[in-house]
Amino acid sequence: MTDMSAIDASMPKDPELKLTTPSRRRERAMSFGILLSILLIWTGLTNFGSIPAYVIPPPQSVFQWLIEGFRVPLSDASSLWYHTGVTMWEAFLGFVVGSALGIAMGFALAHWPVAERVLYPYVVAFQALPKVAIAPLLVVWFGFGLDAKVLIVVVMTFFPLLVNSIAGYHAVEEERIELARVCNASELQIFRHIILPSSMPFIFAGLHMAAVISLLAAIVGEFVGAKAGLGLLLLQYNNSMQMGGVFAVLLILGVLGFLLNYAMQKLEAWFSY
Amino acid sequence: MTAMTNPQTDTATPATPDVLISSRHLTKIYPTRDGRGVRALDDVSFDVRDGEFISIVGRSGCGKSTLLKILSGLLDHTRGDITLNGRPIDGPDPDIGVVFQSPTLLPWLTITQNVLFPNKIRRNITPAVRERAQSLLATVGLDGFGDRYPKELSGGMQQRAGIVRALVQDPELLLMDEPFGALDAMTREQMNLEVLRIWEESRKTIIFVTHSIVESVFLSDRVFVMTPRPGRLAEVVDIDLPRPRTLDMINSDAFGSYSGWIRKLLEAEGDF
Ligand SMILES: Nc1ncnc2c1ncn2[C@@H]1O[C@H](COP(=O)(O)OP(=O)(O)OP(=O)(O)O)[C@@H](O)[C@H]1O
Ligand SMILES: [Mg+2]
Repeated sequence: MTDMSAIDASMPKDPELKLTTPSRRRERAMSFGILLSILLIWTGLTNFGSIPAYVIPPPQSVFQWLIEGFRVPLSDASSLWYHTGVTMWEAFLGFVVGSALGIAMGFALAHWPVAERVLYPYVVAFQALPKVAIAPLLVVWFGFGLDAKVLIVVVMTFFPLLVNSIAGYHAVEEERIELARVCNASELQIFRHIILPSSMPFIFAGLHMAAVISLLAAIVGEFVGAKAGLGLLLLQYNNSMQMGGVFAVLLILGVLGFLLNYAMQKLEAWFSY
Repeated sequence: MTAMTNPQTDTATPATPDVLISSRHLTKIYPTRDGRGVRALDDVSFDVRDGEFISIVGRSGCGKSTLLKILSGLLDHTRGDITLNGRPIDGPDPDIGVVFQSPTLLPWLTITQNVLFPNKIRRNITPAVRERAQSLLATVGLDGFGDRYPKELSGGMQQRAGIVRALVQDPELLLMDEPFGALDAMTREQMNLEVLRIWEESRKTIIFVTHSIVESVFLSDRVFVMTPRPGRLAEVVDIDLPRPRTLDMINSDAFGSYSGWIRKLLEAEGDF
């Protein structure tokens, strides 16, 4: 894996490989061009067209909201740092706990086939249930604070990892296990040196999914009932028709989602051997 | 034609000093859902002497892999006795090295780490072991590939690394289950010469499963011909070709009559 950087570094020296770079650069330029065009059309329509600011706010108003929101002190009720922090913290805590539980339970079920056969129907049934539907229930049980939101994230990130770690465990080549056995490996060593690393691509595919879901789940939780967070802010601005604020929050969520996705993609590629 | 020609059955002759493996009435029945079981090995008896090169040929499903798994200690047998150096085989043993059908290198480890994997599991990596791994890699032409990852190597190179991994422990016995089945004909010939060279240098005992009659005659001192349903050892063919073996021997009359004879034995079992 460390060799990858070496190969990358040597790439431009190879004339054949160099051929692929300009087209990639052109694609990037095209993506950026689309962003620019959207901004231009947006500016044109909202400033010189007939679209009123309470339907789509002009970009300058959205940026105004962003600058204001990030400038006010953290203690201010409209501080975007604060609300972004709350939402990310909920998403992060829930992601860590939900993924860890999902991986642990997935490996446990896969390791004991009887447990898997007995419990899997429930897993399937629960997975088919749209988990957002239990968000109001969790808020009733655990209140408007952090717990309920974290729990919603836990519930929603648990399943992708449960399912993927079971699949990962079963996908381990039999010969790899035999290899460990002929070396007198203990069950723990087989798990640690064969099963766990072999299932890494599955685990990271699951983590990728869960990371994206965690942000979604935190926002849903805040919609149902919260004292803070980007979801709450979004609802408040929406109710008071402050479209600049709504768009500012949406933009933050978009950027967060994009960065999260990008980071997880890199991690996943790293672990796909 | 069958059973009668097996030279070393029944007789409870005391094992001669140079006998490494001794199998008596070895039987393996895999349990099945219908309760009748699959008789994968039926009353298989043979001796393998220290330093011998044995090939096992037979149709698909005649129990070759089953026999190798029992020898490597991965699988229990149902009846009979099987011993290595007089001790019953009842589990994996560092004295036995196994080469798998696919190279089975772990993609997250470098070639050196892969080759040292058994020692890592047994917690006995020493500078001497490292040195031995290094020199073994060099003898199979993998000098300088130690820090590469498996996917950067060709299939033949990967399989050579797999062989080195089995040899690092310096086992007495090397078990190889169709190790070159996935390689092209040219690479395969090269690998055969490689295996013979390693065998001649180290004088290990090798048991080699193959589907190729030519390969079995070319490599072996003796060829075990097995027949399916139930898995039996039908015939043991002594190959009296001079050593060291060279590729042009394959075209000799003697070679042709050995492979013709083995082919006939295998075909005889085809029409039942
Ligand atoms: N785990 C198992 N459970 C039940 N039956 C099995 C099992 N493994 C093998 N068998 C059966 O035992 C018989 C011998 O199988 P084995 O794999 O030893 O054959 P083989 O000679 O290695 O075949 P091939 O040349 O295809 O590799 C076959 O009939 C097979 O279906
Ligand atoms: Mg087989």
